[in-house]
Amino acid sequence: MTLAQRKRLLMKASPWLLLVFLILLWELVCFAFQVPDYLFPAPTEIWGSWLEYRPQIIEHATQTLFTTVVGFALAVAFGLVLGMLVGSSPVIYKAVYPLMVGFNSIPKVAFVPVLVVWFGIGTVPAILTAFLISFFPVVVNMATGLATLEPELQDVMRSLGASRIDILKKVALPRSMPYFFASLKVAITLAFVGSVISETVASNVGIGYLMLSASSTMDMGLVFAGLVVIGVMGVVMYEVFALVERRMTGWATRGSDPAF
Amino acid sequence: MDLVEFENVSMRYGEDGPLAIENISLSVKENEFVAVVGPSGCGKSTLMKLVTGLAPPSDGYVYLGGKQVAGPQKGVGMAFQASNLLPWRTTLENVLLPLEIVAEYRHKFRREKTQFEELGRALLKRVGLAGCEHKYPWELSGGMQQRASICRALIHRPSLLMLDEPFGALDAFTREELWCMVRDLWQEEPFTVVLVTHDLREAVFLADTVYVMSKGPGRILVRKPVNLPRPRELSVTYTDPFADLVFELRDHIGRIREGS
Repeated sequence: MTLAQRKRLLMKASPWLLLVFLILLWELVCFAFQVPDYLFPAPTEIWGSWLEYRPQIIEHATQTLFTTVVGFALAVAFGLVLGMLVGSSPVIYKAVYPLMVGFNSIPKVAFVPVLVVWFGIGTVPAILTAFLISFFPVVVNMATGLATLEPELQDVMRSLGASRIDILKKVALPRSMPYFFASLKVAITLAFVGSVISETVASNVGIGYLMLSASSTMDMGLVFAGLVVIGVMGVVMYEVFALVERRMTGWATRGSDPAF
Repeated sequence: MDLVEFENVSMRYGEDGPLAIENISLSVKENEFVAVVGPSGCGKSTLMKLVTGLAPPSDGYVYLGGKQVAGPQKGVGMAFQASNLLPWRTTLENVLLPLEIVAEYRHKFRREKTQFEELGRALLKRVGLAGCEHKYPWELSGGMQQRASICRALIHRPSLLMLDEPFGALDAFTREELWCMVRDLWQEEPFTVVLVTHDLREAVFLADTVYVMSKGPGRILVRKPVNLPRPRELSVTYTDPFADLVFELRDHIGRIREGS
């Protein structure tokens, strides 16, 4: 094996190596200090809970994944349209921004009771919370991508007789794609935060609800199993969008690895 | 026939900002190669904006093809110091961009794509970029990007080509190569060019007429016809008549400096 090959192998294995190392460390700490299970369960304990409650966990996780993805999809559609409006018109930019920043500053958990009054508990508030929490980065990134179009490029297009729609379609939108995909990666993880918050506060299905009921019976193994499942789902969805990003906007990283 | 005409044109940015250019009158004949030289900040770029209709004059009249310029002019080719190629398009796709925009071609673009592609290939070949059609701009050197940028400005056969310091960011050897490229393109099929530059040798080598501008506010100091025989070889730049011309123009610029 050459040096370069070894380096690439290490690159590929590095996240797994770090994960294994941390799990071992965790196990070791729990074992060495005799930490009780009802405070901080060891990885083996969490694995045990997973095996024991697997059907229930999967059922609730599916619900969470569903509400998250639906809320996220709404956020992307809405964020894309609003971002395009905000980014292509200075007036709308000025008008909408303060309002949006103000709205985004409200902790979404404070909004869940309102949603419950309007829509009852369960799926709908979870979807809406995921939507509310994750559309902001899409709007901001889309608007930034469009608003930072080089003036010279606009001049070139305008001197060819291009309309605003032409400039948007041929230059501004493709140019904003790296911004857009970057925002998707942020938004999908936020969407999980939103749906789990809502399930914790007001639902009888979903991982959030499962964890709340497990903690009320001091079953910390199950609580942590729920946390791990959310984390895993988040990483998987993130990777999906990272892959799409690499496919669609390879030109932005000049075809090389996206890092310094 | 005069293609471009300036009649006592002044221009200021903002309501009562300082004058960028003052009382400029000049005319460019059809298929004439005009160069505008001057120290930085003499309003050369303003001149370009006025001709292309991207900015209206504060005073005076600008005519293009016998009509007063009002609003962005269609079918003007532009190339800048930065190549402004779109990184998500291949070189050929970049060159064909104007054909997707200009009113005359856009409706036939889908139908006659193969013919247009042939046109693009032929043009790329003329500037020495054969074989680079499917490379991305970031895979080309600075000089090659600039060649492609000039191809993009010429593909739709504009009535006027505006070059804003197109060779400013290149090294001396590449610059001379590109001078010859522009010379050959113009010699084979003449078109009207306004070249804005601060390189006197470049101006004298390429142009039929050189205008020297003064600094802040920009005024035209001298109009100097270049009577060197065409076609001009690069070796002409080492002859006495060439050196005398450059020296004479340099003298005017020197006076501007002392005067300010």
